[in-house]
Amino acid sequence: MTSGGGGLGSGTETVSPRVRIQSATTPQRAPAPELGGVAEQVINRASVFDVRGVTVSYGTKQALAPFTMKIYRNLVTALIGPSGCGKTTFLRSLNRMNDSVPSFRIEGKVLYHGHDIYGAGVNRIEVRRRIGMVFQKPNPFPKSIYDNIAWAPRNLGMKENLDERVERALRDAALWDEVKDRLRDPALGLSGGQQQRLCIARAIAVEPDVLLLDEPASALDPISTLSIEELMHELKPRYTLVIVTHNMQQAARVADRTAFFSLDENRVGTLIEYDDTEAIFMRPADQRTRDYVTGRFG
Amino acid sequence: MLIGLCGFAALVVVVVIAEVIYQVISGASPSISRFGLPFVWHSAWKPNLFIFGAGEMLAATLITSFMALALATPLGIAIGLFLSMLAPSWVRTLVGPLVEMLAAIPSVILGLWGVIVLAPFVQKHFEPFLHGAFGFLPIFGAQQTTGLSVFTAGLVLTIMVVPIIASLSRDLFLAVPRDLQDGAAALGATRWEVIRGVILPTTTSGVIAAALLGLGRALGEAVAVAEVIGGGSTLHGSVFAPGTTAASRIIDEIESLDNRLHLASLFYLALILLVLGVLTNLIAQAIARRLGGEQTMLVR
Amino acid sequence: MSAPSDPSALPADDAPEGSAPDPAAPLTATGNLRRRAAVSRVLQGAATAAALLAVALFSLVVYEVAKEGLSVISFGFLTTDPNLVNLGTGGIAPAIVGSIIIVAIATAIAMPLGVLVAIFLTEYAGRRSGRVVRMALDLMNGLPTVVVALMIYGLIVLGTHEESGYAASLALAIIMLPLIARSSHQVLLLVPGTLREAADALGVSRWQAVVGVILPSALGGIVTATILAAARAAGESAPLVILDSLIIGNTVHLNPLHGMATMPLTIFNDLALGVPAAIKQAWGTAFVLMALILAANVGARIFLARNRSRLGL
Repeated sequence: MTSGGGGLGSGTETVSPRVRIQSATTPQRAPAPELGGVAEQVINRASVFDVRGVTVSYGTKQALAPFTMKIYRNLVTALIGPSGCGKTTFLRSLNRMNDSVPSFRIEGKVLYHGHDIYGAGVNRIEVRRRIGMVFQKPNPFPKSIYDNIAWAPRNLGMKENLDERVERALRDAALWDEVKDRLRDPALGLSGGQQQRLCIARAIAVEPDVLLLDEPASALDPISTLSIEELMHELKPRYTLVIVTHNMQQAARVADRTAFFSLDENRVGTLIEYDDTEAIFMRPADQRTRDYVTGRFG
Repeated sequence: MLIGLCGFAALVVVVVIAEVIYQVISGASPSISRFGLPFVWHSAWKPNLFIFGAGEMLAATLITSFMALALATPLGIAIGLFLSMLAPSWVRTLVGPLVEMLAAIPSVILGLWGVIVLAPFVQKHFEPFLHGAFGFLPIFGAQQTTGLSVFTAGLVLTIMVVPIIASLSRDLFLAVPRDLQDGAAALGATRWEVIRGVILPTTTSGVIAAALLGLGRALGEAVAVAEVIGGGSTLHGSVFAPGTTAASRIIDEIESLDNRLHLASLFYLALILLVLGVLTNLIAQAIARRLGGEQTMLVR
Repeated sequence: MSAPSDPSALPADDAPEGSAPDPAAPLTATGNLRRRAAVSRVLQGAATAAALLAVALFSLVVYEVAKEGLSVISFGFLTTDPNLVNLGTGGIAPAIVGSIIIVAIATAIAMPLGVLVAIFLTEYAGRRSGRVVRMALDLMNGLPTVVVALMIYGLIVLGTHEESGYAASLALAIIMLPLIARSSHQVLLLVPGTLREAADALGVSRWQAVVGVILPSALGGIVTATILAAARAAGESAPLVILDSLIIGNTVHLNPLHGMATMPLTIFNDLALGVPAAIKQAWGTAFVLMALILAANVGARIFLARNRSRLGL
């Protein structure tokens, strides 16, 4: 086995043997081809995010106690925990969506491929262009289905083969067959689940590196939820996905790694435990994690 | 008991509207039966000869009002964007009320300021420049000595209309759902792209309705225009010449009537203004309603 | 099976397509972002400039009125009659008193009517009648003031053959009515439904609920709306020019059945006279009028803000 790792700069390193790709959480699916069915395979993974001693506060109120974690490439990382534990705040800090909140303050370093997201000279529009986001409530623009997808590529100057780009995005989001005959219809006419897949298609049409998903299925019915979860599996080989969810079964179904956040005694969000999803759910190291995943709390 | 009082008050509102229409039509009826519809476009206005026509005044009314609309709409939208999207909150709470207070300045004072301050300034700086640059167009013809002109009237109307459009469009922009803006921002859009791609398209009909309400205000404004437009009796084809609008004619002549037909013709002018005012208002309401019943936002 | 551990076999490690940037590149602007950001900055600057222009215009008008007006104003200017021989000179006491009386009468008519209409809309109106009344209010609000003035002219002045203060008051009342009714309607809609339910649960009648519970909790908003409408009416000039006259109103008197001097009318007539003394009087009058109106606006805002925080809205 080679240990190439991809040569992706300072974000690359050999991670602990505990980082293993698992198919155990999704036994119904065929193993992804790159795994070769070797569940215990230890490989080198580049970290996309290297969060070092980050703490977030709003005005004088601390929202997240200092914590450190790495988010790995081409994995699905789930952030779980009770409401108010800071998981969404953390997610929105990863692509600087919190910048517009007046009293928002972040300390520590969020390194993205080795570059500090909040560093001097960083362009936050460039950050968001590379790190896409899908929101809790489907928020398609009041435009046609086609223009929802084509809007951002047009802005970015990706005007060549725009039709193909739109089609590819819709295919990747498993929406093409449902909408290919009505691309000019208003997007708001789609069902909730279709709208959310449209938002995913919209996000991947600009070819981001990372996709952040903030409870993407919480407003959807069970069938739509399932289709979103399947979609995440299909996107994983090409993107790095970070998902916030309050639904533990969902985290267990879709995530490779899971981070559990909770509130400490001062009601400040705290990272309790971060490990392979299997470990978090089957043999959590922390009592609080155990209480949460077994439903005794939250 | 209370329901009776309330019902009576509501009835008063409806009766007043009916009474306005009745009084204006009946006051105008001698002129209507004498001149008929051609009054609207005939341009001679010679009270001593019993000859009346609204043509020139309506042209001046439309020129000043649409000039105000053309200048005030982009300005008002820009101010609305500044107040809703761009300014930090302390600037917002300071500038927002100032813009609204601009609308509170009485039109008679704005007219006074227009005559004493704005007109000489326009005459000295604006007119030579526009005439020099666009003098080949007849509407930017030779300048006058006083600065009291159709052009100056249009500027004064602009100042009156801008705060209306600005505060209405600010409210519309603030009502655009936050998650739509976030969705656009998360796609790597610049602030302007968010405005252009999300804010403006979702508020188009509301902004058009706001502009129409501003237009309605400009069409009917009488005193400020009467003060600064200079009261020329004929239309010279140049905006730098004095003129008279329908509303300013009423103000100018109501106290010096030559004959009954003169008064009836002033009422006829008012009738035309009433029709224009009601039309712009109804269209604005219809557009606002189509937007989704947000017309309550438009009338304050 | 491809070599599982070779990351280059992963699709994500393919060279990025199109113009997508290399993920590992520094987070400075790539592609066309520098140009797009510049466009955005220019247009944001233009919007800021537009707002500055509006503020500058407001300041300019206020400054000019204050500068010219303050040089004229004295105790005598505010408390003496105008000079009947030398038109455009002397004090403006009758104009101040006249403006106050005319606006007070208009408010006394418009406020109760406006509030009653608002109560009708929130508490009693059916779908159909509510729509008719709202439509009528919208139309009323959109009427050019000169048209309202001519309507009163036809109704009253043509009959009495005398221009008078109360005719002007009626026209101003018509201008104020939709403003008060609209704002009061919105304030009444904000009264929490739980208050109504609580009153209903106590078994009191609708009008007792309205008078005892709903109106008091909406009073702040109604008062604010009335102050703003009165300030607007005080500055209206077209109805005064058409319906009122200075000829009889050149001394202080309190009878609105005759013509009364008012501040807007004084400014208008002074400007028509055009002589320097009259222009001076116009600026002085403008200052008094504007100070009153702006003070009312600021006062209403502060009152509303206090009221809001008191009610926790």
